[in-house]
Amino acid sequence: MLNQIVKKSKLAPGVYEFYVENPIIAAKAQPGQFVVVIPSEKGERVPLTIADAFDGNIRMVVKVVGKSTADLALKREGETLYGVVGPLGKPSEIKYYGNVLLVGGGVGIAAILPIAKALKALGNKVYAVLGGRSKDQVILKDELEQYVDEILVTTDDGSFGIKGVVTDGMDLILRKQRIDIAWAIGPTIMMKFCSLKAREYGLKIVVSLNPIMVDGTGMCGACRVTINGQIKFACVDGPEFDGTQVDWDELLKRLQQYQEQEKLAFEKFKQKVGDLSWL
Amino acid sequence: MAVKPSPKKTPMRELEIEERIKSFSEVALGYTEDEALVEAMRCLQCPSKPCVKGCPVGIDIPGFISKIKEKKFDEAAKILKKYNNLPAICGRVCPQENQCEAFCTVGKIPGSEPVAIGRLERFVADWEAENLVLTQESGPKKGKKVAVIGSGPAGLTAAADLAKLGYDVIVFETLHKPGGVLVYGIPEFRLPKVIVEREVKYVESLSVKILLNTPVGKSVTVEEILKEFDAVFIGVGAGTPKFLNISGTNLNGVYSANEFLTRINLMKAYLFPEYDTPVRKGQNVIVVGGGNVALDAARSALRLGAKQVTVVYRRTEQEMPARREEYIHAVEEGIKFRWLTQPLRYIGDEKGNLVGVECISMELGEPDESGRRRPIPIEDSRFVIEADMVIEAIGTEANRFLLSEFKDLKLNKYGYIVVDEETCATSLRKVFAGGDIVTGAATVIEAMGAGKRAAYWIDKFLQKEYDPW
Ligand SMILES: Cc1cc2nc3c(=O)[nH]c(=O)nc-3n(C[C@H](O)[C@H](O)[C@H](O)COP(=O)(O)OP(=O)(O)OC[C@H]3O[C@@H](n4cnc5c(N)ncnc54)[C@H](O)[C@@H]3O)c2cc1C
Ligand SMILES: Cc1cc2nc3c(=O)[nH]c(=O)nc-3n(C[C@H](O)[C@H](O)[C@H](O)COP(=O)(O)OP(=O)(O)OC[C@H]3O[C@@H](n4cnc5c(N)ncnc54)[C@H](O)[C@@H]3O)c2cc1C
Ligand code: SF4
Ligand code: SF4
Ligand code: FES
Ligand SMILES: [Mg+2]
Repeated sequence: MLNQIVKKSKLAPGVYEFYVENPIIAAKAQPGQFVVVIPSEKGERVPLTIADAFDGNIRMVVKVVGKSTADLALKREGETLYGVVGPLGKPSEIKYYGNVLLVGGGVGIAAILPIAKALKALGNKVYAVLGGRSKDQVILKDELEQYVDEILVTTDDGSFGIKGVVTDGMDLILRKQRIDIAWAIGPTIMMKFCSLKAREYGLKIVVSLNPIMVDGTGMCGACRVTINGQIKFACVDGPEFDGTQVDWDELLKRLQQYQEQEKLAFEKFKQKVGDLSWL
Repeated sequence: MAVKPSPKKTPMRELEIEERIKSFSEVALGYTEDEALVEAMRCLQCPSKPCVKGCPVGIDIPGFISKIKEKKFDEAAKILKKYNNLPAICGRVCPQENQCEAFCTVGKIPGSEPVAIGRLERFVADWEAENLVLTQESGPKKGKKVAVIGSGPAGLTAAADLAKLGYDVIVFETLHKPGGVLVYGIPEFRLPKVIVEREVKYVESLSVKILLNTPVGKSVTVEEILKEFDAVFIGVGAGTPKFLNISGTNLNGVYSANEFLTRINLMKAYLFPEYDTPVRKGQNVIVVGGGNVALDAARSALRLGAKQVTVVYRRTEQEMPARREEYIHAVEEGIKFRWLTQPLRYIGDEKGNLVGVECISMELGEPDESGRRRPIPIEDSRFVIEADMVIEAIGTEANRFLLSEFKDLKLNKYGYIVVDEETCATSLRKVFAGGDIVTGAATVIEAMGAGKRAAYWIDKFLQKEYDPW
């Protein structure tokens, strides 16, 4: 059935993977694209990256950060999502570059998975740095190993791989290896620092921006970001942009816009469904 | 009933002002049967039907009004539906004063107002909804398929007419609700969404299939559409908001009217947190612009609880394009207007929140190409208005979302689709287009008029009686 959750699993505390039936989107999805999911009738339009697509299903990885993502995480296999729209946004530019470095942080690791797969298929040599707060947040490493020639892991607490942040991992690779292009996908603050790091090395870097969105089709302008001094709509002009041209501080502030209301909505939700720390 | 007709329109009851500004309930309450009869009596049944000329879909206006006089409301409804698939909507939001009513003979009599055609149309449509189910027979099936892209008034009208002619019609809509601007733009207090739903149900009752959450160009490609359908109608609207592009545009608290209204109407943010989508509740709100969209945004901000809402417009009351009726409503509700004022820059605090708007005063110079006097900034007249929210309602432009995937389609210099004005045929074989994506932002009834013409000519094309390619 359309938009039915056919498989759900927990990848890490607060991080869930979903396979949702939608043959129409699955047939068209390309690396770098996203869907807008409306969990239930009164729900928000939640943008989520398409981590994979095959056999009529799309795969998404969701990190619980508030009401809507918690609502999703509580859905069970067999349940149906109210709406799924996509694939939206421009696909990643996949071609033969030579040596490519992919940096993924947190759920951003799920977003680099389809890009790694597609780049590898075209014969690129793929390096990756995966980062997380601690070991359990470094998701999908085994799966990525199939498409990546060399993987470095960094954790904030040193519980896995190198103790440090992803830019430390970037340094280690960039010092010894010529890289032709990089992708960095993860929390906004991480992508900002990855872009600064890339600039140090004169490296071209692509980032996938995640501003607050509503329609996802260029109709509202909620998702506007400043790229090289110009306003762009991330949902149609992106979500991928040259990381060295992004006005990061503006984006970081825009992401805080609804913090008060978001907190209120989450608190109210928890009152209704009970404690969610187990998620 | 030998009462002498009044020179004035029969007034329509409205919600009390105190009630209005606390809720999103509909402001204008419609006519009772008696009021409708009194108003219908004002119509002279002019044999030359001048009013019909002013209606983009050519409704037989004296025809339906005479049925009201006879209290045959069901027959009045039938006449309306013959010309207009969405009468309850047009009766509410048509700029009647510039259209049908502008041509009404009664309105030409000195001291007299035209017949309230729009209000009567609304009365009949609402009566119909409560009292009968119209079964509109479709013609014999023609065995041909037509794709309609976009479910705004243009698309819905084209779809309904084509279905009545016996075609298999599929409407593709990228949003999760059908209706286009009718659901995401025009607020509940002017056009209740249950009315849009009702009119959409009628269109579906003609066996039109509406596929929601289906962005053409993305989940269905243009090539697939062209291959699978015998003809295509594009009605994707104007869509993309323009910004003044002044410093501070990306501060928190600066909205496009499209975003603000979409959050409220489509996503029901005024019912947050019952609904999940938030919207800012500004205390001091500035709205930039002078059209219907600006007034809708201003009145919505007021209903969300703003202390002060000010519309700044670079021209004056005389030039403002908004409907008079809505302007009066806005003033009654306490919206302030600052004429001859243009924002220069938005001022923010260290957290990126808007705190003020620097403006400049304008004066009117010589008429420009629109025939209206051009506003010119007055030097040394800068001043700052305190504001925690700004809504820019300065217009929209062609949405590239579909068009960027529609290679070879001829566009004009503004990015709108070039069509044959009469038939709506585009430069591409079997592709027709109409509504805002052809004209730029216009009106509901003009979009419907285009949908109707396109349906007529698509039929001719599919019958092999018309082929400009
Ligand atoms: C193109 C794109 C792809 C994304 N892909 C993924 C993904 O694969 N996995 C994943 O877990 N998350 C992804 N996100 C982020 C995800 O959309 C947000 O975490 C989610 O919307 C938060 O909703 P909430 O109600 O749970 O949290 P809230 O409490 O409402 O918000 C928490 C924070 O999330 C951000 N946010 C809130 N609403 C939105 C919105 N409508 N659009 C974007 N950001 C918002 C804000 O910064 C906010 O402070 C993506 C975002 C974008 C724009
Ligand atoms: C706030 C506001 C107030 C207004 N008030 C009035 C008024 O009082 N009176 C009046 O007459 N007019 C008014 N208008 C103008 C009127 O609403 C428009 O002229 C009319 O809706 C245009 O109709 P349309 O069918 O061309 O497009 P739209 O109504 O814009 O509908 C287009 C539809 O196409 C969909 N779409 C776009 N791209 C795709 C795609 N690739 N695939 C599938 N679907 C797609 C969109 O999501 C949308 O639903 C107002 C407009 C606004 C914004
Ligand atoms: S559709 Fe609009 S223009 Fe036509 S009669 Fe009705 S109100 Fe007048
Ligand atoms: S012009 Fe006015 S009075 Fe004459 S038929 Fe039309 S509505 Fe009636
Ligand atoms: S989300 Fe509305 S324009 Fe991008
Ligand atoms: Mg939320």
